[in-house]
Amino acid sequence: MLLHLYPSGGVPPYLQIVNQIKYLVASGRLSAGERLPPVRKLAEQLVINPNTVARAYRELETAGVLTTRPGAGVYVAAGGSPLARRERVRILSERIDALLAEARQLDVKLDELTGLLRERSRLLE
Amino acid sequence: MNELVVEVRNLSRRFGARTALAEVSLEVPRGIVLGLVGENGAGKTTLIKHLLGLYKARAGSVRVFGLDPVADPPAVLRRIGYLSEERDLPDWMRVGELLRYTQAFYPAWDEAYAEELRAMFALDPAQKVKTLSRGQRAQLALLLALAYRPELLLLDEPSSGLDPVVRRDILSAIIRTVADEGRTVIFSSHLLEEVERVADVVAMIHAGRLVLAGPIDEIKEAHRWLTLRFPEPLAQKPALPGMLACEGEGREWAVLCNGASEALRGAAAALGAVVLEERTPSLDEIFVARVKG
Repeated sequence: MLLHLYPSGGVPPYLQIVNQIKYLVASGRLSAGERLPPVRKLAEQLVINPNTVARAYRELETAGVLTTRPGAGVYVAAGGSPLARRERVRILSERIDALLAEARQLDVKLDELTGLLRERSRLLE
Repeated sequence: MNELVVEVRNLSRRFGARTALAEVSLEVPRGIVLGLVGENGAGKTTLIKHLLGLYKARAGSVRVFGLDPVADPPAVLRRIGYLSEERDLPDWMRVGELLRYTQAFYPAWDEAYAEELRAMFALDPAQKVKTLSRGQRAQLALLLALAYRPELLLLDEPSSGLDPVVRRDILSAIIRTVADEGRTVIFSSHLLEEVERVADVVAMIHAGRLVLAGPIDEIKEAHRWLTLRFPEPLAQKPALPGMLACEGEGREWAVLCNGASEALRGAAAALGAVVLEERTPSLDEIFVARVKG
């Protein structure tokens, strides 16, 4: 599992981990039922305090993204969790907002933009 | 059970006319990683030396494991792993000799663990200590402090002056120790980015005084960078209550403050300023603001 910690400024390390894992799950790079590295191993890998990892795992468990099997470790919760969909919508919404802002700057109207979306989508198939 | 491994009460120390420590009080519970932060000469090493019993407390008190380190040095020191800033090591010995020599002093020495660390740091047992590179010296000194699995690790600037590769190795070894056995670690550093990653709690010392101490998350949450836009350009910095730092020009100014400060927000609003954005500052920014203020 590839995570990256950015030098702290605004976002606390534990939250960076929470967000990155949510993203990996929502984008399918971490599948349902997949095991996550133990707290200690991830702490060593990222060179951060194990408490930070533990906190991130706890929050993700509360949010229903991860589950703990006692004595066996931490796993991605069964697929189809509502959070995954919400997360996908959130990620796309951010990109859409950025796109809309650019379109406005470039004076491209919504109709034209939607048409462009359809055209690009057709090219992808 | 959350006993205090270190308990310092109103510790003060002067060297001639110079005040090295002024009324420093600190409590470190078991299992905590404490980052001691401050510029050179701030008092970090003086504080650490008091914990080791190298200095006797002249004003205030120091207790380690509930004991006075000056009253019974062996009882305290055999439970502490110490990494000095100078990496004090006998230059004439070879690495292997020094390991065996140190092992003789510590009944709790774990030979397998020492060997594991030696291999991880790639230290050649036949090599003379004086020919080791700076990074290797630090690694060896750390190994010697870790190998007998002491309850308390006191590390004075463990990674400063080292290249990023060695620094990472050293931090990794420290993290592994913390993860494995929930040891208590106190490390001093002026690399705040590292302190943010590795420590639970931070204590900031400036000119011998404890300027700030507490869990890192809480400290960061308690501070805010606010970007303010004023209705008219300002010729000089605004004077707002509780402002720790300020930069900007014209109409837009960034202010570092105690985030909950209603007084500051109120004063800004009274001047017609609008909060454009706010973010959590880094530990570095908080420290600089607190020290310069």
